[in-house]
Amino acid sequence: MTVYLLCFILFLVGLYGIITRRNLVKIVISLSIMEFSVFLFLAMIGYVEGGSAPIIDPAAPDTIYVDPLPQAMVLTAIVIGLATTAMLMSVIIRIYRKYKTLDIREIKNLRG
Amino acid sequence: MMNPLIPLMVAVPLAGGFLIMILGKFVRDLNKYIATLSLLFLVAATLVLMAGTGNKEAVYRVGGWDNINGIPVGIYLVADGLSAIVLCIINIVGLLSVIYSFTYISRYRSENNYYALFCLMVAGMNGVVLSGDIFNIFVFLEIAAISSYALVAFGVGRTELEATFKYQILGGMASLIILFGIGFIYWRTKTLNIADIRSVMGSETGKPIYLLVQMLLLCGFGLKAAVIPFHAWLPDAHSSAPSPISAMLSGVLIKAVGIYVLIRLFFNMFTISNETAVLITTLGALSMVFGVFLAIGQWDIKRLLAYHSISQMGYVVMSAGMGMILLSKGIKPEVAALAIAGGLFHLINHAAFKSLLFLNAGAIEYRTGTRDLKEMGGLAGLMPATYSSSLVASMSISGIPPFNGFFSKLIIIIAAIMAKFYLLAVIAVLVSIITLASFLKFQRYAFYNREAAKTGNNIREVPFPMVLSMVIMALFCILLSLVAIPQIRDVVLTPAVNVLIDPQLYTSPILGM
Repeated sequence: MTVYLLCFILFLVGLYGIITRRNLVKIVISLSIMEFSVFLFLAMIGYVEGGSAPIIDPAAPDTIYVDPLPQAMVLTAIVIGLATTAMLMSVIIRIYRKYKTLDIREIKNLRG
Repeated sequence: MMNPLIPLMVAVPLAGGFLIMILGKFVRDLNKYIATLSLLFLVAATLVLMAGTGNKEAVYRVGGWDNINGIPVGIYLVADGLSAIVLCIINIVGLLSVIYSFTYISRYRSENNYYALFCLMVAGMNGVVLSGDIFNIFVFLEIAAISSYALVAFGVGRTELEATFKYQILGGMASLIILFGIGFIYWRTKTLNIADIRSVMGSETGKPIYLLVQMLLLCGFGLKAAVIPFHAWLPDAHSSAPSPISAMLSGVLIKAVGIYVLIRLFFNMFTISNETAVLITTLGALSMVFGVFLAIGQWDIKRLLAYHSISQMGYVVMSAGMGMILLSKGIKPEVAALAIAGGLFHLINHAAFKSLLFLNAGAIEYRTGTRDLKEMGGLAGLMPATYSSSLVASMSISGIPPFNGFFSKLIIIIAAIMAKFYLLAVIAVLVSIITLASFLKFQRYAFYNREAAKTGNNIREVPFPMVLSMVIMALFCILLSLVAIPQIRDVVLTPAVNVLIDPQLYTSPILGM
């Protein structure tokens, strides 16, 4: 149970970062922290006590395996997270070229 | 016998996107042909699918994995009445937006990227609508979302970049919340198939975890659908994108990845509880009211239209919520069916008139170079096609007979009165009147009021492809009011409503019972 709580705390740390940070890069880092807490959660729900890697061994039919499906889900989600982060970083580079700053308080053309 | 058209709905636009990136460099204008051809194919395939499925549900098992002991394994693609409607919206609006882009987007560089991203976005949305398992909904949703992030930033100006940053952070958080919810569902049920989740989780109704999952998914997809407390990104993103993309985002994307998934999950995956239904109805009513009040003060055409998207989506969410309340109480099923039918009808209509309005805004911006209502004027005589089509769309959105918006709003209001939700009926009427006021303002400042115009007199009508797609869209606005006729409604709306009211219809073909 402690592990799940720690994982949720990591999620909240990321959320706190997104809300309070002023620097665009730090916001993206906070988003990544949130992302990884969710990945950790997904990886943990597939864990079975005493389970081994899910490669079927015909010689030992009663081996307990961990659930491979969440692992596949995490891999997919990591690839998606990579795409999102790369996209965000390239937008930040462009923003820096236009505004000459990374401070979110000074980037406010859109309102109302 | 599995229908081979179903996977092609995703595969063809994906292949189109990659072909554009590979071959587009060598052959001039190839990008346009590939994008148009794949969208044409998709429109044809959707119509065939719609005619073929009718009341039945078509299930495609990817890789041919059959059920084992009645438990679905592998990835399922499901086409039923509801997905057929949304597929129609996606692909027809997509085709018209591509035609509109021929001249509009030639102002920008790197057209190849534009058309490739457009195809990817369509592929993602088709995937969301067809997917029968919840993790694939997430994956396709991210394909659609990431390509829309890039398309919003396509102008790479100051406002575009700011809008896309905001959109990406909020969209990213929404995706994570959804993934969190999916994780909880998998933890409890050890399955990802929507139909299977329903049968496994059915015994847990009312437990805290059930409520937690519902709230997580409501927040996540509510953010994607821009329901009111989650709406902050929508006006920025939808007004900064190039106009055909605004038409796609407002007309299609928020419906396909937001409203559609909400409706599908809450009707077909969860057992509806009264509290959740009341919450969803409240969110819808709040969206209607706040969206329209935020819209009326806007002077930027596209921001005005974007706020109206929030308000009009509120109608859809509210009427789906009314249906849920009635179903959860188990009273008046025919009124619930009417409310849901009204909501779906308004969803279709909104796709037609809101995309048309964004295309009109794009046409005005194309010729005058401004989006500020105070700076333009007197365009009625100069741009007749834009003027008449936007008049049709404005009257549709404000609910003036005989245009399509009138009939869907009428059905929603009648359903609210029959269900004795008088307050909601009054709100729906008032919001419709305020909508009319704000579109009178749009018409007056953009098309009359010639003296105030700060733009030159050498404004002409926009090029032919743009006129063509606007006129076709305007015809849709008029023709769609035919859906109010009971015979046509039975063909178009009733299969979708039946699937939503009776989840058995959705689950039994998948579980093979």
